[in-house]
Amino acid sequence: MSTYKEGKMRLQIKNIRIVDPPSQNQDLIGDVFVEDGKIVSKFSGDADEVVDGEGKIAVPGFIDVHAHLREPGQEIKETIYTGTRSAAKGGVTTVFCMPNTEPVIDSTSVVEFIFHKTRKEGCVNVFPVGCATKGLQGLELSEMGLLKEAGIVAVSDDGFPISNSRVMRRVLEYSKMFKLPVISHSEDKELSGNGVMNEGKNSTFLGLRGIPKQAEEVMVSRDIMLAELTGAYLHIAHVSTAGSVDLVRQAKKKNVKVTAETCPHYFTLTDNDVKVYDANTKINPPLRGKEDVDAIKRGLADGTIDCIATDHAPHTQEEKGKEFDLAPFGIIGFETLLSLVLDELVDTGVLSFCEAISKMTSNPAKIFNLEGRGTLKEGSVADVTIIDTRYSYEFKKEKIVSKGKNSPFIGRRFKGGVVMTIVGGNIVWSLNNNSITSFDRR
Amino acid sequence: MSLKFKDLLGLEHLDKNDLQTILDSVKIFKGLFKKSNKTSTLRGKTVVTLFYEPSTRTRTSFEIAAKRLSADVVNIAVSGSSIIKGESLIDTGKTLEAMGADYIVIRHMLAGTPDMLARNLNISIINAGDGFHEHPTQGLLDLYTIYERKKRIEGLRVLLIGDILHSRVARSNIWALTKMGAEVLVLGPSTLIPASIEDLGVKVYHNLDEAIKKVDVLNILRVQFERQQENLFPSIREYISLYQLTKERLAMAKSGVLIMHPGPMNRGIEVTSEVVDAPNAAISEQIVNGVAVRMAVFCLLEHVV
Repeated sequence: MSTYKEGKMRLQIKNIRIVDPPSQNQDLIGDVFVEDGKIVSKFSGDADEVVDGEGKIAVPGFIDVHAHLREPGQEIKETIYTGTRSAAKGGVTTVFCMPNTEPVIDSTSVVEFIFHKTRKEGCVNVFPVGCATKGLQGLELSEMGLLKEAGIVAVSDDGFPISNSRVMRRVLEYSKMFKLPVISHSEDKELSGNGVMNEGKNSTFLGLRGIPKQAEEVMVSRDIMLAELTGAYLHIAHVSTAGSVDLVRQAKKKNVKVTAETCPHYFTLTDNDVKVYDANTKINPPLRGKEDVDAIKRGLADGTIDCIATDHAPHTQEEKGKEFDLAPFGIIGFETLLSLVLDELVDTGVLSFCEAISKMTSNPAKIFNLEGRGTLKEGSVADVTIIDTRYSYEFKKEKIVSKGKNSPFIGRRFKGGVVMTIVGGNIVWSLNNNSITSFDRR
Repeated sequence: MSLKFKDLLGLEHLDKNDLQTILDSVKIFKGLFKKSNKTSTLRGKTVVTLFYEPSTRTRTSFEIAAKRLSADVVNIAVSGSSIIKGESLIDTGKTLEAMGADYIVIRHMLAGTPDMLARNLNISIINAGDGFHEHPTQGLLDLYTIYERKKRIEGLRVLLIGDILHSRVARSNIWALTKMGAEVLVLGPSTLIPASIEDLGVKVYHNLDEAIKKVDVLNILRVQFERQQENLFPSIREYISLYQLTKERLAMAKSGVLIMHPGPMNRGIEVTSEVVDAPNAAISEQIVNGVAVRMAVFCLLEHVV
């Protein structure tokens, strides 16, 4: 596959169904024109490359607002090189990387390092999420102003939720003036204790320590109240319980500035799937019950849950091969994102195809103020994902691009997947050669 | 007689027929054991006991059972610290398999470790207690003790008293007894009752004086002092006042109520010495049955290797 230089190439995707959520009622067959890395209405001259889109669907590239790329510091699990390629394979053109790296993302130099590495080795857009507090310690505000100038899109202490309510209040208040949403991994760590899975029948059967749903809901509730107090922008990460969906729904009715995301595993699996002590089902928040899965689907359908993110969390096979209690939390997610959305939400009628796409494109772009992304409107950045709903495949371990092979979906058959990913007008991945094309954005 | 699986990981996945098969053969093995004879059933086989938690009675019981069957026995006691050092359990298991072990009897403080070994090895894995999950041979020996004394299981009411939350003995007992048609009641402070335990088909009680009148069997679990430090009950004194099985409380029970304790006992805490030494206590019988049960399990498991 050819390599393009930005600003020089014209790409035409012919005869493709175009689904662009922000363009009302626009679901038509036509051509997508890309020039100078932007979407245009047509070319003045001939295309440099033509892609046949017959039978396929073009949508805006996915924006995954919750992922762990592990670089700097934990390159043994994932790097920007491998993580962005895994994203590209999953149709994700923009990745928000969480700040629990080593060192953490609480200084402009780390932000600059991530951008530098992405330019050099990455193949999709990477936007860092900065720490909400220095060193993820939950004590002092991070330098949000400087971090924003350096390019962060949100702040979060992610897996180290701020337990002190006064500190959380200050984080919300201070972030507000920069229009930086605060992403809350809502968990009362004291209540979770040493829990490793959802508390209930299955944790009792398995003799594993449980994490009650209330460990999440208590914090969702607190953070919504603090968002109400401060008028700040609160985004609830990876909603996993029916109670959290209700809390967000009520808050939205009261016009609190709160948005929410969930992840594919929370509308696909339950704690019944932990039965074999497989650490690839050990996730935080944990897999919950059937009633939670159903409530999350309702929350997605009625708009309570705005986004679908992956919480892509790669770990080594050695770490995940440990005893269930000792293995780290988290699973990879980029490469199964779309297929699970299609299987579990679209084919089952929970969401229309366009609604489902909006939760991975236009909604996150709007919430996190990403101008000119998440849409295929003229003048937007040419981040495009091409989907073939006829493409059927088995998700095989040896085909995983991420360094992490920790997925509970290995061996599952899917119908419908990503067949091409375009970032800034460049084809960065296509199914035909099933390899990542060489890519240099400079 | 034999079972159609190579591992004994827990009683959850056994059915009534499996349990009856085991009960029937325990009787035979108990007879053999009482005669103090050795049989050559497992001659040439090697049993490794791999214990990550200290244990005297369970390990010794397995060892004696294996030796009575003429197996060679190797005991490995692993200190908790080697887990922290990152030694892989599967590697350890594979090493033992390569050395020719036919059975690994594993005791571990983490739930699911026997399953992990079984998934990765071809030899027989016997769970000798994993975390709060299961202790199947204890569940079987308790089942057999009741069967022997009461001549039946079906229709009996069995009360498990104490720390149900952290008890693998309780879980294995519940599976075995409910599958065989007994009614199981669990009793303890509400902080030591696990979530949704009713889904295992049991009834929950908190008042010993109320529950003791209803049952045919009392199985008293050991209460661990560190649970008080975890703030799960306020004091040993209060625990004793609410849950200790005393002579006075025993007087309220049905006559002939069977008293069991999986050991090791804290005399004077969960149970008084008078009760332990009462004629309807079967605590030393449990020990004898433990050896017979383990002999039966070694012989009944399907031999793959």
